Amino acid sequence: MSRPLKQTASFRESLRRLPDAGGHFGVYGGRFVAETLMGPVEDLRAAYEQCRRDADFQAELQRDLRDYVGRPSPLYLAQRLTAECQGARIYLKREDLNHTGAHKINNALGQALLAKRMGKTRLIAETGAGQHGVATATVAARFGFECVVYMGEADMHRQAINVYRMKLLGATVVPVTSGSRTLKDALNEAMRDWVANVDNTFYVIGTVAGPHPYPMMVRDFHACIGEEARQQVLSAEGRLPDALVACVGGGSNAIGLFHAFLDDDVRLYGVEAGGEGLASGKHAASLTAGRSGVLHGNRTYLLEDEAGQIRETHSISAGLDYPGVGPEHAWLKDIGRVTYDTITDSQALQAFHALTRHEGIMPALESAHAVAYTMQLAPTMRGDQIIIVNLSGRGDKDIHTVASHEGIEL
Amino acid sequence: MSRLAQRFAESKRAGRTALVPYITAGDPDKSASVPLMHALVEAGADVLELGVPFSDPTADGAVIQQACERALKHGTTLADVLAMVREFRAQDARTPVVLMGYLNPLEAFGLKAFVTAAAEAGVDGVLTVDMPPEEAEPLAGLLRARGLDPVFLLAPTTDAARLKRICETAAGFVYYVSLKGVTGAANLDVAAVRRRLESVRRTTRLPVGVGFGVRDAHTAAQLAGMADAVVVGSAIVGRIAEFQSQRRDMLTKVGAFVRELRQAMDAARA
Repeated sequence: MSRPLKQTASFRESLRRLPDAGGHFGVYGGRFVAETLMGPVEDLRAAYEQCRRDADFQAELQRDLRDYVGRPSPLYLAQRLTAECQGARIYLKREDLNHTGAHKINNALGQALLAKRMGKTRLIAETGAGQHGVATATVAARFGFECVVYMGEADMHRQAINVYRMKLLGATVVPVTSGSRTLKDALNEAMRDWVANVDNTFYVIGTVAGPHPYPMMVRDFHACIGEEARQQVLSAEGRLPDALVACVGGGSNAIGLFHAFLDDDVRLYGVEAGGEGLASGKHAASLTAGRSGVLHGNRTYLLEDEAGQIRETHSISAGLDYPGVGPEHAWLKDIGRVTYDTITDSQALQAFHALTRHEGIMPALESAHAVAYTMQLAPTMRGDQIIIVNLSGRGDKDIHTVASHEGIEL
Repeated sequence: MSRLAQRFAESKRAGRTALVPYITAGDPDKSASVPLMHALVEAGADVLELGVPFSDPTADGAVIQQACERALKHGTTLADVLAMVREFRAQDARTPVVLMGYLNPLEAFGLKAFVTAAAEAGVDGVLTVDMPPEEAEPLAGLLRARGLDPVFLLAPTTDAARLKRICETAAGFVYYVSLKGVTGAANLDVAAVRRRLESVRRTTRLPVGVGFGVRDAHTAAQLAGMADAVVVGSAIVGRIAEFQSQRRDMLTKVGAFVRELRQAMDAARA
């Protein structure tokens, strides 16, 4: 390695050690659920801890990650995008090339294998953009589970293609009509289903949020993203990158990329949905513009009003349209390890086009937020520096959204 | 002795099972709640449970979820809820009032400020649905210090170790969730509740309330013989919703339903 690692585990406590036994990342995380769910989340934690150490479970997971998901995903040097930005070399971690077209399958697969071990017969999930719903419906088909996906009615209109994909895969998609009819309401509904059907049902949460052990477990299932990227960049460049960039809604793809690098001298950037701009109030930037509170089983940063009621959020990207964020991100923000910033809808759309035209890669609108931020960051860096951006999903699902924003009817 | 402890002691002496109706504060609007609280007491309620509306009530079914939406549409805040309790207390110094809700609105208010204001308003207990004993500090300690009872849920999924821990943290009474599900669900199994209550009784001397899924007088009567209190929420809130635009009918219908519950429970104990 050409560069010394200033901050390593030997000089201070590792940042990768959390959560504690109660699921806390500093003051965040924990378990804030009704008593009926406390037993089931504890059973889940115990089962997960066992599988984590079980060689057979890990072998089965690794085999499916390789043969079913298609891992490792490539680390691709985006030469024309790099030339366009005139700065740091930009690598894309190609999670969009995974089976089902996004990083979400890593976690859905891990949780499905765990559900099988626990003897559950039914998977439920919430979904925003539909990528996690598709991933869950996919692994349900793969292993023969019954599958029910809760989706906000507003999101079902935005993501009609994914709704049909889930139905083709045999899942029942339940429209959620309460509240803002988006991801947070789908999560509420999935929790209600789980509490009523805990005996046979496994709740596959799609992001690094919820009661312990979910934030830890989902992170672990996505940690392969960063572990692979670390090895790949070392073999391509002989050194670690200077910066990592990932979009943050709940924060699963970001934590998946960041986690292997937390103790390294690598700058980390999490990009939230700035929507129509922070001043407009129409955004989903819980870390940038929110405050600490309790929702969906954990303490974290939330977008809420003065009275503690959860606010409706906005983003062009359904997958980022969530008023909370994973508790580990809340902690990483407070300790200053990760820089969180925002990208607006229109900046994300520009980046969607830029990546499509310069590299022939159509990013998901979620990932386009990370690409947009990278395009701002790269020109401020030298040509011998390296950025890895997590291309967390592909953009096919968003073609209708992009077209309608440009006044085109398909 | 706290107002809750006193009320449960009185009920026990009288051989009566306490009836605990639940309404969401501010449903269907802010002016409705205090008259409803008095009507519930007049119809035979022993303790009142007043829901603090929250935008994301994950432990509640559709009926109470919609009640929260109605209350929030009219801008009902925690400060409004406390003002309702204060107004109720001006007329009724004896009936205990337990607030039931979720942690986030309490934290937004400020936990210390909330506990002080709740004590001054005349609140007797606070049940925070999404706050298990593991996460109960500092709120539970603050409540106790002001003489308010932190009330906790027990569930069919609660094992013996948790049962013990919860009963040690709780005060006033413990609230047994009679089914695996959200409020207002339909599948309460009376025999299963009876078996579970036996193990709760062996663990604690606190009064035990039973709720979630008590839809009618028949179910309330069946539970009356085994519990110290029966909590009825969605069945009442559903009637409030049905008559929300006819205020006088609403008070009459809700009162009549609570009277029916009262009579059935008393008959079962007679």
